[in-house]
Amino acid sequence: MWPIFHKFGSPPWLYAISGAILRWLLPITLLALVTGMVWGLLFTPSENVQGNSYRIIYIHVPAAVVALAGYYVMAFAGAISLIWRMKMADVAMKAAAPVGAALTFVALFTGAVWGKPTWGTWWVWDARITSMLILLFLYLGVVALYEAFDNKEAAGKACAVLSLVGMVNIPIIYKSVDWWYSLHQGASIKFTGETSIHSSMLYPLLLMIAAFYALFTCCLLLNMRAELLQREQRTQWVRKLINEDVVN
Amino acid sequence: MYFDSLQAALHMGGHGFFVWTAYAVTVVTIAAILITPVLRRRRFLRQLTGQLKRAQGAADPSAPGER
Repeated sequence: MWPIFHKFGSPPWLYAISGAILRWLLPITLLALVTGMVWGLLFTPSENVQGNSYRIIYIHVPAAVVALAGYYVMAFAGAISLIWRMKMADVAMKAAAPVGAALTFVALFTGAVWGKPTWGTWWVWDARITSMLILLFLYLGVVALYEAFDNKEAAGKACAVLSLVGMVNIPIIYKSVDWWYSLHQGASIKFTGETSIHSSMLYPLLLMIAAFYALFTCCLLLNMRAELLQREQRTQWVRKLINEDVVN
Repeated sequence: MYFDSLQAALHMGGHGFFVWTAYAVTVVTIAAILITPVLRRRRFLRQLTGQLKRAQGAADPSAPGER
């Protein structure tokens, strides 16, 4: 257990292992995304009530699910960097923020475009949508706060505190469709109880959820690698890396 | 395929504009978050390689550009 923990704190190890993971994870992710999108767009039946507009579900739900999961990653990394002063956790926190912001944006945008033909409006200030907008601002807040500090150690601390405080928003997002009357529908996939979605639509949806998780992982690792090189530029291992010309 | 023709797939019973817009924006966003860190890392590596070469060239003027 502890040796692994120490390895995660080692930048050259992290840089090497993330490169090895990306070599196979990135092609799989792209393949899964393309397969899932083509499947959802062209090879699933249309929905009885909503017609074809429901096909947006295959990107809307995965983006929203992973945007939330990404917040856990960011806040958890923030907590570790606050408590144990682990620099790699700070790198992970900073790397997660822009990816989470992009996925939250995708969830909101596809939701708006889905809402127009389904509810007759692009936007309503209902609980689910408003709390997702707050999630977007929390992500963007972490990105902006990090840039605002010249002292990066102070920046990391401030961002960690912000992301931990922002955790209160997460249960609100989950429960918003139950707590408040909302245009937004409840969950169709449940871990307990009956899943109210037909298998012909469920399988491509599950594939897309998995693909978005993989996408988040890829983006997180790519951002961490870029950040690692920059932070460690004066160290031996980065110099060696460049001299060996294994840079690509 | 669920649709009879390409035309039908693009039109999607009147929902085509919404569905295709949503997918297009998603694809562009995904491409952006994947490409940005790759470009950032490449740019930084090029910059650092240049710096190191210059430093080496200054230390050993007899062998410029050698590594």
